[in-house]
Amino acid sequence: MEIDKNQLLRFTTAGSVDDGKSTLIGRLLYDSKSIFEDQLSNLEKISKRKGFDNIDLAMLTDGLRDEREQGITIDVAYRYFTTPKRKFIIADTPGHLQYTRNMVTGASTANVAIVLIDARNGVAEQTKRHSFIASLLQISHIIVCVNKMDLVDYKEAIFDAIVQDYEELSSKMMIKDVRYIPISALNGDNVVNRSEKMDWYQNAPLLHTLETLHISSDFNKVDARFPVQTVIRPQSIGFPDFRGYAGRIAGGIFRKGDAVTILPSGLTSTIATINKYDELLEEAFVDMSVVISLEDDIDVGRGDMIVKTNNCPVVTQDITAMICWLHNNPAKPNAKYIIKHTTNEQKAIIKQVLYKVDIDTLKRNETDTELSMNAICKIQLRTTQPLYIDSYFKNRTTGSFILIDSFTNETVAAGMIVLP
Amino acid sequence: MPKYYQNYMDELESEAIFVLREVSAEFQNPTILFSGGKDSIVLTHLAKKAFYPAKIPFSLLHIDTGHNFPETMAFRDQMVQKLSVNLLVGSVQEAIKKGRVEEETGKNASRNLLQIATLLDAIEANQLDCAIGGGRRDEEKSRAKERFFSHRDDFGQWTPKNQRPELWNLFNANMNQGEHFRVFPISNWTEMDVWTYILRENIEIPSLYFAHERQVVLRNNCLIPVSEYLTSAENEKILTKKVRFRTLGDITISGAIESDADTLVKIVIEVAGMRETERGNRADDKRSETAMEDRKKEGYF
Repeated sequence: MEIDKNQLLRFTTAGSVDDGKSTLIGRLLYDSKSIFEDQLSNLEKISKRKGFDNIDLAMLTDGLRDEREQGITIDVAYRYFTTPKRKFIIADTPGHLQYTRNMVTGASTANVAIVLIDARNGVAEQTKRHSFIASLLQISHIIVCVNKMDLVDYKEAIFDAIVQDYEELSSKMMIKDVRYIPISALNGDNVVNRSEKMDWYQNAPLLHTLETLHISSDFNKVDARFPVQTVIRPQSIGFPDFRGYAGRIAGGIFRKGDAVTILPSGLTSTIATINKYDELLEEAFVDMSVVISLEDDIDVGRGDMIVKTNNCPVVTQDITAMICWLHNNPAKPNAKYIIKHTTNEQKAIIKQVLYKVDIDTLKRNETDTELSMNAICKIQLRTTQPLYIDSYFKNRTTGSFILIDSFTNETVAAGMIVLP
Repeated sequence: MPKYYQNYMDELESEAIFVLREVSAEFQNPTILFSGGKDSIVLTHLAKKAFYPAKIPFSLLHIDTGHNFPETMAFRDQMVQKLSVNLLVGSVQEAIKKGRVEEETGKNASRNLLQIATLLDAIEANQLDCAIGGGRRDEEKSRAKERFFSHRDDFGQWTPKNQRPELWNLFNANMNQGEHFRVFPISNWTEMDVWTYILRENIEIPSLYFAHERQVVLRNNCLIPVSEYLTSAENEKILTKKVRFRTLGDITISGAIESDADTLVKIVIEVAGMRETERGNRADDKRSETAMEDRKKEGYF
């Protein structure tokens, strides 16, 4: 495999408890030969002990003692596999109601979401919920896998009806790209290998789809953003005066000589050098970890953001956002939280909850506005100092934040910024 | 037209460097857990790249079981000198002497579990608030549920069922006095990625990883190296084989594999064709189905 070309694709799987999500992942790993022999013989042993005829592939992803005992997935599990075309990271997220927070977590870094639908049940409440979360977290591509086709005699009509139902559902959401694949994860139909039982399906099986999906245009290459993580000042004999700003580019492309503005100070300068370790670069782009130095000796530190002078984010203390509440304890009225946005930490107060989204009907509820576990609400926040923000729709890094309870230190909410 | 995306190796490197820089910014006194194994060597290499041209802003902490490969110790000391970083050592031998922990006895006795108390003591004694580890999610099933920033309570314990959600690349490093974090920058790497990276970056690793002749005994399907610390049973035959190690830890539990791979390129090719997990040769993981989870909850690496 050529490492200098191959991309990384992160995908998340969502499905109801018994949609066969873990089995699908097991199948992908198994058929792409990513399961090792000792893992397999171990699975065989356990499956036999439990009285199963076949190897229970779900056991591969259920890693914790409680999960194995209860046969359910409690926490996000990350799995890895590589094909000659791509490296994949799977965030396998539980489908239970009470674990929505894990689904949001898995979705936050994904390029692709696989939504599993049981062919016997069609579009279910959970399907709606998962799809809504995928659209809320702006996952660019959704692959709907209609699973357990073996249990409906591989009938095309059943698949078509589900596709139609899903089209209607997704038209109400902000989903850019949806594809549909009829599969049987248990038997391996259309997962890695093309199914011999569904010749009415002409498109590619799941793995091929994942290998070839075009993802490089999903990243924001226009709005140059560089949140400063830390200042590099060696003060050594070799580098007595070097002062560089370390960070990971959160959007766009920076080039040597670019006119830049530092936020929040508003001071301007020019990029002198861009370093990746000891290598000097002419340009650097989104997701690269680099060190930038400026022509002028100005005060820049952690939490500041370097942006191109001709393209600045919004600087404001008043933020409107969609948030997902992730904690068992609901928000207290007018409670103050720590807000972490890029590398910047401030205090924030929740001024108002505008509405709650009922994820079963996708309707807005303006009367019940309690921020309780799994609630998805539109809120208004005010921060102690200005943040430099973009809308989440435009930039997933500069458009997202978390809220932290300053007493328990727990992460209580995930936020996606909305700009008018 | 220039391509504005990173290949997966650069992407993994960028992610790890981002995490290491977050650690240096968020913690007062972070350390790298350094075992002399390839993962901790890669971690240290990444730290060197993350803060260049400045020095690595972390100390290295070695939890020394006293049962070491001499090659690992020599490698460690040389590396510490080259990078001019501060080396901290937590000694299991000392902990046994002080009566903090009790040595296991018998043929399969190991100091694996004794490392937990020694590690937690070292964290407390050195007032460390963050220990950076080379743990990877592909290594073991309970590790697959691990966060990048993993919170430990004031007993050093991990509660896998109640972990903080981790979204985007926003890491919550807030904690109370006496608690600490374990941070895993190469969470998303696989064994193959580590070897590919070692090859690409031409990173120096201990000679034990390359095929060499060695005396071993066959125990529980593992080839355990003969050393002064090995208690061999009467019917165990000492064999001489051409072997290499896939993981390095305590000499009494690191199993070797038969191999002819004596260069990095040969190792990468061998790993690509491997049909067994690398921890398959670790006697410590063979104790039970949930051996790793149980150790991790108590505060293991």
